[in-house]
Amino acid sequence: MSYSGEERILLSSQREGQVSRFHVAVMVLVPLAAILFQVYVPLFFQFLGYLEMPLLVVVYFALMRRSQIGGLLIGAVIGLAQDSLSKAPLGMFGIVKTMVGYFAASVGVRLDVDNGVIRLFLAYFFYVFHQFFYWLMARALLAQQVGFDWQRTLILGLLNAVVAVALFHFLDKLRETT
Amino acid sequence: MESFLNRYRNITVLLLVIFAQLVLLAVQVRNDQDVRMIRVWTVTAVTPLARVMESLRGSSIGFVRDYILLHDTHQENRRLQAELDRMKVENTFLKNELNMAERAKALAVFQEHTPSKTVAANVIGSGAGTNSKVVFTDRGSTSGIQRGMAVVTPDGIVGTVIESYPTASEILLITDPDFAAGVVSQKTGVRGTLKGQGTPLCRVDYVPFEEKVDVGDWFYTSGDDRVFPRGFPVGIVKAVHPGQPFKEILVEPSGMHRGLEDVLILLEGVHQTIPSEQMAYQPVYIAPPPPGGPAGPAEPAAPGGTEADKLRAHYKAVGDAQNHKFGEGLPGSKPPDFNLALKPGQAPVNAPPKAVPQPSLPAAKPTTTAAAPASSPAPGLRPSGPAAGDPAADPQTPAPAAVPVSERPHNE
Repeated sequence: MSYSGEERILLSSQREGQVSRFHVAVMVLVPLAAILFQVYVPLFFQFLGYLEMPLLVVVYFALMRRSQIGGLLIGAVIGLAQDSLSKAPLGMFGIVKTMVGYFAASVGVRLDVDNGVIRLFLAYFFYVFHQFFYWLMARALLAQQVGFDWQRTLILGLLNAVVAVALFHFLDKLRETT
Repeated sequence: MESFLNRYRNITVLLLVIFAQLVLLAVQVRNDQDVRMIRVWTVTAVTPLARVMESLRGSSIGFVRDYILLHDTHQENRRLQAELDRMKVENTFLKNELNMAERAKALAVFQEHTPSKTVAANVIGSGAGTNSKVVFTDRGSTSGIQRGMAVVTPDGIVGTVIESYPTASEILLITDPDFAAGVVSQKTGVRGTLKGQGTPLCRVDYVPFEEKVDVGDWFYTSGDDRVFPRGFPVGIVKAVHPGQPFKEILVEPSGMHRGLEDVLILLEGVHQTIPSEQMAYQPVYIAPPPPGGPAGPAEPAAPGGTEADKLRAHYKAVGDAQNHKFGEGLPGSKPPDFNLALKPGQAPVNAPPKAVPQPSLPAAKPTTTAAAPASSPAPGLRPSGPAAGDPAADPQTPAPAAVPVSERPHNE
């Protein structure tokens, strides 16, 4: 029995990539903490408002669980929760984070998400993707005539990516060992 | 189906979740016209689909109707073709009716103005002979039709009645070789005999070769044949050939110019004048009277009448001037001086009374004359020449209103 090169890599990656499991309390409290951080901390430290903690949590859980459905559900729940606490209509962050969770889980199946560089790159990419898609939906669905600041987005994306590497390292400690 | 859902389970769940959140979003958001986005999106999403579906449905029905359901096309085509044929026939019938109505109107006008007593008849059939030019009309002896009566149309003579039946009469057309009628040239008054030839053209015989007849001249009935009254148009000369001792003249009959469906049979013919070459109703200008003078007719310079009348009037004036009454003196008494010069302006006693002055007529306004017929057209126009109708010249001749002006041949 012979396999093509792509199938060997894929199968090999799936065998190598282990599905991380988390305690239910972790699955609930961490997103909740991220949302609280998003709404509460900037009141005291305004510069921390640029951190998209709920997004980083969604990316982490989607990457680590390697389940597309699980990732999109996590993104949907966290996004709707974030919408509930913002002035945006319900569904804006929910849709965006649903797609982020889905694609992050899709990427996590094929990549070694324990690598720090990959995590940095993925966090950076999904932040930019999140911001751009939110802007796109605001224009398309809400008819908001707002501009997209690429330069600012790219810089903040780098900041969030750096924070994401540290956060992911911290969250790795909360994984259940199999 | 199950394998399909298993294979695309992830993407399906993603789409469902996103769709659910889109619905949630659309329920909350309103557009600038305060309409919920879910309603806007729904309408926006549904109406193009409805339009596409309607277009597809219409196209499908049209395709089916135009290209598939053609089983009755041939039958419908035949039906439409039959209907078209029927409409053509109906159109032709209506055209004929209109044409008939116009002819009937012309006939009625002619019948109203002609002094002859006429009866209108419809041509209902033609003769069976190959060379005979005979037609039948729907009027017979019960309508007063008798053999030998003339048959005319507003355009000219048509023929004569050769047989009269109770409900029909047989008409010998002028183109029949047995037909003959006396005719006279309008231009020169040359008399001849019109004869049919069995062809559309008739021949005028017995016109001496020295007489002048030109192409385009009109011939009228002369009344010599005791069938056609004088003055009815016969036809126009189409060809004139010299001959010995008579000219060979071919005439195109005018009576059958517009077909032969309605005719007039003359129960009692009345002679008419032949229109002069100068066409009647040419406008004649009559100058206004001289300024300062009476507007009425000028006093005649001499009494009218014969030379004897003039001499008698002169002698009576001379006698009146010398207080002499003719026939009262004794024989041998002194006669009046017949060489007495009368004073200028001394009118004879029997001269016509002086005309009563009339108010002046408007300058340059044409006037009508008393000789103009009652049916004269516009004021200021009067027929010129003999065509004006001089009843005194022929007591039997009525006013020239017998032939409508529009139907009279115009002289070249």
